[in-house]
Amino acid sequence: MEFIQTLLANQVLVSILLSALPLVFIVLMVLVVLYTEMKVAAHIQDRVAYMRTGWHGVLQPIADMLKLLQKEDIIPTKSDKLLFRTAPFIAFTGTYVAYAVLPFSSIYIGSNINLGAFFLVAAGSFVVIGILMAGWASNNKWSLIGGIRSASQMISYEIPTALAVIIVVMITGSLNLQDVTKFQDGGMGNWIVFGGPLPWMQKLMLMPFTLVTFFILFVASIAEVNRTPFDFPEAESELVQGFNTEYSGMRFAMFYLSEYANLFTVSAVVVSLFLGGWSSPFGTFMSGPLWGIFWFVVKAYMFMLIQIWIRWTLPRLRVDQLMFVSWKVLTPWLFVCILGVGLILVL
Amino acid sequence: MSAIKTYFYNIYHSLLTVIVGMRITIKHIFTRSATIQYPTVKMKIPERGRNRLFVNIDDCIGCDQCAIACPVDCITIETIKSTPDMDLGITSKKTKKRLYIPCFDIDIAKCCYCGLCVWPCPTECIVMTDVYEFAEYDRQNLIYSFSNMTTEEITAAQDRLEKYNEEQAAKKAAATVAVKESPASSTSASPVTPPPIKPAPPTVEPNQG
Ligand code: SF4
Ligand code: SF4
Repeated sequence: MEFIQTLLANQVLVSILLSALPLVFIVLMVLVVLYTEMKVAAHIQDRVAYMRTGWHGVLQPIADMLKLLQKEDIIPTKSDKLLFRTAPFIAFTGTYVAYAVLPFSSIYIGSNINLGAFFLVAAGSFVVIGILMAGWASNNKWSLIGGIRSASQMISYEIPTALAVIIVVMITGSLNLQDVTKFQDGGMGNWIVFGGPLPWMQKLMLMPFTLVTFFILFVASIAEVNRTPFDFPEAESELVQGFNTEYSGMRFAMFYLSEYANLFTVSAVVVSLFLGGWSSPFGTFMSGPLWGIFWFVVKAYMFMLIQIWIRWTLPRLRVDQLMFVSWKVLTPWLFVCILGVGLILVL
Repeated sequence: MSAIKTYFYNIYHSLLTVIVGMRITIKHIFTRSATIQYPTVKMKIPERGRNRLFVNIDDCIGCDQCAIACPVDCITIETIKSTPDMDLGITSKKTKKRLYIPCFDIDIAKCCYCGLCVWPCPTECIVMTDVYEFAEYDRQNLIYSFSNMTTEEITAAQDRLEKYNEEQAAKKAAATVAVKESPASSTSASPVTPPPIKPAPPTVEPNQG
């Protein structure tokens, strides 16, 4: 970061450059994830997916994106034009600001603010405004139901997410994601999911609580990105794509991009909170700023793989089950974890 | 079960089912996919599969049986009788051909591949092949013409038939005149017309069928 700063010697240019970097990353990452998703889905169903565009269809995501961009941008006559137009951008902005606080490497973090973890939670709920706007502005019953469902889902699942973050904060003593990651540096044993770098007695006692928290955060994160089994806002079979029923072309592509970018964000959050972020799993071996990016992306990618795997395994829950899981299972268990972790840390 | 027990049992059970489901799906990732890369790799179609029709027009005797059998009337056959002086050859089943076939069209777009036209054919010349890729951009291209007669041949055949018919009619007229004249000379009174060819009265056969 300092290197680029001295190279350009212009604060404005540097900020623009640094804030554009994640955009490039998002686009590349979305292409890769799209391809992975289609391939994994196909192989789970004993199919093969794209085979014709390039070697085993590797160029297909690019072709898909180009096709989406060329499509006609249809705006329904009876819709609320202003909201309808701005909604995709708001949703994408919500996703994109979250990248500002993701510690990609020990030297690269968009904005090293002290409230990183909470900023992430807040940015995550910003997306729902875009979705709700889209649902409302489309003037379509399904879209509206999709939007409302999205809001209710987000409200319910923000709480387990925030509680899980609190547990990590209790252990690390910092909300800054860079500090949280540094706290876990030095090998797999130091990851918070295994109790963090504490004396072994404490660590052993913490382990069950952190494991449960980790698992709950993972479940909540799937719900936050609206993926199966929690894909209520779009629910193809019942809501005809929910909030994006009326969207097409470029605007639909924005939603699409935002969804997949969000997928990376939540994986990255889980990784940096519990799995040591950019730090190498083998202590000093293969560690360094560039290896940091590698580890960060690889870990997050593993998580996305698991999410894809879950998506193509489980059917959608019922709406009441969704609420049940959030309020009666995840939240109480997290309270127990908070209590346990607090007691252990105090003693 | 008490409420608490149900609660814990539900959590345990849902986790268990998720794990079971995910085990199944990961197994499928590593099994061979069932896809056949169609245009490059083709499945073997069954030996007696019903696909595109083919008519070996050299064997067709123009009996119209296939057209009658077709439930959707997609076969159009026109025939011209041949004159006795022409020899149309015989089919591979040693049936003598007596009809010219100027038109044998199958509208394959209407065809439902039922195969009903295949069985009645006495010479086994209308058959199902194993060709199934014959999509066209224009529907007209799906009307297959199997007749191999040129326009000249058709007109020639028609002319010959007309001439022959005229000749026959002339002969008949001459015969009638001859018949009319001869009795008139021998007997006077009631002129006897030759008995018209009456259709046989329908006979009821009660024990038929
Ligand atoms: S296959 Fe059936 S529908 Fe097709 S031409 Fe023969 S009888 Fe008609
Ligand atoms: S049944 Fe056979 S011989 Fe008769 S008209 Fe049809 S194809 Fe020709």
